[in-house]
Amino acid sequence: MSVNSATDRPFLEVKDLTVRFETDDGIVQAVSGSNFSLRAGQTLGIVGESGSGKSVTSLALLGLHRTRSNAKVSGEIWLDEKELVTATDEEVRKLRGGKMAMIFQDPLSAMHPYFTVGSQIVEAYRVHHPSANKKVARERAIDMLARVGIPQPERRFHDYAHQFSGGMRQRAMIAMALVNDPKLLIADEPTTALDVTVQAQILDLIRDLQEEFGSAVIMITHDLGVVAELADEVLVMYGGKVIERGPTIDLFQRPQHPYTWGLLGSMPRLDREVRDRLNPVKGSPPSLINLPDGCAFHPRCPYAGRNGDRSFKEVPVLIGGAHSVACHLPPDLRNKIFQEEVAPNL
Amino acid sequence: MSENLLEATGVQKHFPITKGLFRRQVGSVRAVDGIDLDVRSGETLGLVGESGCGKSTLGRLFTRILEPTAGKIVFEGQDITHKSVTQMRPLRRDVQMIFQDPYSSLNPRHTVGSIIAAPLQIQNIPTPQGLKKAVQELLELVGLNPEHYNRYPHEFSGGQRQRIGIARALALRPKLIIADEPVSALDVSIQAQVVNLLEDLQNEFDLTYVFIAHDLSVVRHISDRVAVMYLGKVVEIADRDDLYKNPRHPYTVALMSAVPVPDPVRRDRAQRERVLLTGDVPSPINPPSGCRFRTRCWKAQDICATEEPPLVTRLEDPQSHLTACHFPVVSDEVVAGRRPQPASA
Repeated sequence: MSVNSATDRPFLEVKDLTVRFETDDGIVQAVSGSNFSLRAGQTLGIVGESGSGKSVTSLALLGLHRTRSNAKVSGEIWLDEKELVTATDEEVRKLRGGKMAMIFQDPLSAMHPYFTVGSQIVEAYRVHHPSANKKVARERAIDMLARVGIPQPERRFHDYAHQFSGGMRQRAMIAMALVNDPKLLIADEPTTALDVTVQAQILDLIRDLQEEFGSAVIMITHDLGVVAELADEVLVMYGGKVIERGPTIDLFQRPQHPYTWGLLGSMPRLDREVRDRLNPVKGSPPSLINLPDGCAFHPRCPYAGRNGDRSFKEVPVLIGGAHSVACHLPPDLRNKIFQEEVAPNL
Repeated sequence: MSENLLEATGVQKHFPITKGLFRRQVGSVRAVDGIDLDVRSGETLGLVGESGCGKSTLGRLFTRILEPTAGKIVFEGQDITHKSVTQMRPLRRDVQMIFQDPYSSLNPRHTVGSIIAAPLQIQNIPTPQGLKKAVQELLELVGLNPEHYNRYPHEFSGGQRQRIGIARALALRPKLIIADEPVSALDVSIQAQVVNLLEDLQNEFDLTYVFIAHDLSVVRHISDRVAVMYLGKVVEIADRDDLYKNPRHPYTVALMSAVPVPDPVRRDRAQRERVLLTGDVPSPINPPSGCRFRTRCWKAQDICATEEPPLVTRLEDPQSHLTACHFPVVSDEVVAGRRPQPASA
């Protein structure tokens, strides 16, 4: 590796990541050819609807498909100069929970009902710090519980997951994820199951902890509001592909892909006047077993025919600089459509 | 607006908690604890609140799936508070329900056709052109292919299933539809389709909706009036624009400020203006004395613990509306619960 690689290279770099599952019904193309990178201290938001491949991407990063014989992962995942797709199970196991950790959507099913919350955090710590004795690990766990804002951490240490409320449980899971000072934190819909006032608390907590620990965060969500609040950069996924990528402000102010327009048009917003009608994307998301030919979005895209029949035949690739998009519409035409037909209705 | 379709007065629903061999009652979950609420004919009334606030229970009381512990529910002038199942049956034509989960609310062993036909058969509704034709018309109405009446629920996507649930609710041409989180299980793009469909059907059939949801932006979009609930009580109720522009109850203020705004430019401002409530909603088994929100409220004073605030309009405030608070928030007030500085502080 070159001398200045530590400063030049992003902390996480994913190249051409592809995940396929072989099932009885056919091959599920869950993720096809994803490219993205992330620097330390930055937050990457991944948005998409169910079945867009956002969760599979995160599980692939953690190597959680390795035990499933029907999953085929290809491409490259570079985490801090280490390639993970070709790494051995043992190597990945050492990183998982240590250098990279994950917060799941549903803390009740992500935590073991049979062990106390405290003992699970202690276990997570001792796996990665074999030399630490029980007392040190326990102090560390209580410290983490206090850090994520759980009142009376010494007492709550001995409680089971079901004795925590939804928000407290999510805090406990964050404490568990952060106990080993991960450099990469993946949060998969961390607030979807929570009420909005609790969601605000948890997002605030993630933001504060990120500042404190300087970790890189991947925030996976279907909620564009959450992304707008937290992310520095955003990936929009559709049908297993990244169809738009850009800095958050850019992406929200000048969204490029018709699907992103559709997502923005579908949501009623509290910060705007009430619209008469929402502008949903017609149809429903495609099956990943049988993706449409050409651009996967073309059956739902109102502009698919505007530029000949390329959209129906040819898969668009992600092109552009910092803000890139996978769409066959020529940039001029796309801007014109956005300015004249889409922006006034957003 | 016109007359009231449904009137609820002092409605309570307490679920008993029992213990031991003889199922001795040791307490009760006070899910709905004294609510006065009218549903006006032709309107959409939004019910918002966090989980456990009793909004779904209230919806179920309105449809009389549940029987109130106390209080009175009047539908079109008829007292339906304690009607039996048989007595309620004719009224079921007029009040229908749409459920949250499109997976568990449709019987997987029945075809879509028989699911939608069931209400027509139970109520002995004459179908001059045959039952199949009636079902197909309903399918078409909600935007599904009428040829699909022979398929099973698992062959449809979540959004399509929710449309099936809507077709079933519409079969009897009801006057009132209680929709309990009808779009929260759906993807964003599908959510908007279903919201538009509900609005179109309302115009076409003169429906009255009670729209129960936790998503404040969806409720704002669809409702004419909105009631905010907290721990079994209505804490604030007003016309939609009134409520969202001039929220008066501290809880409403906090709830609205917590919604993430999809505008990264306003990120810092949104965070600065956010009211962060601490802690969780208290248990409805043993709610706080006086005002139930006082344990999380930054304006709480001694009186809040001793005296329950009535749901009233304050005459001295021109933008006031029904609010249950001793110290309602006024416009331009600097809210003490806000973060003093942006996140970097």
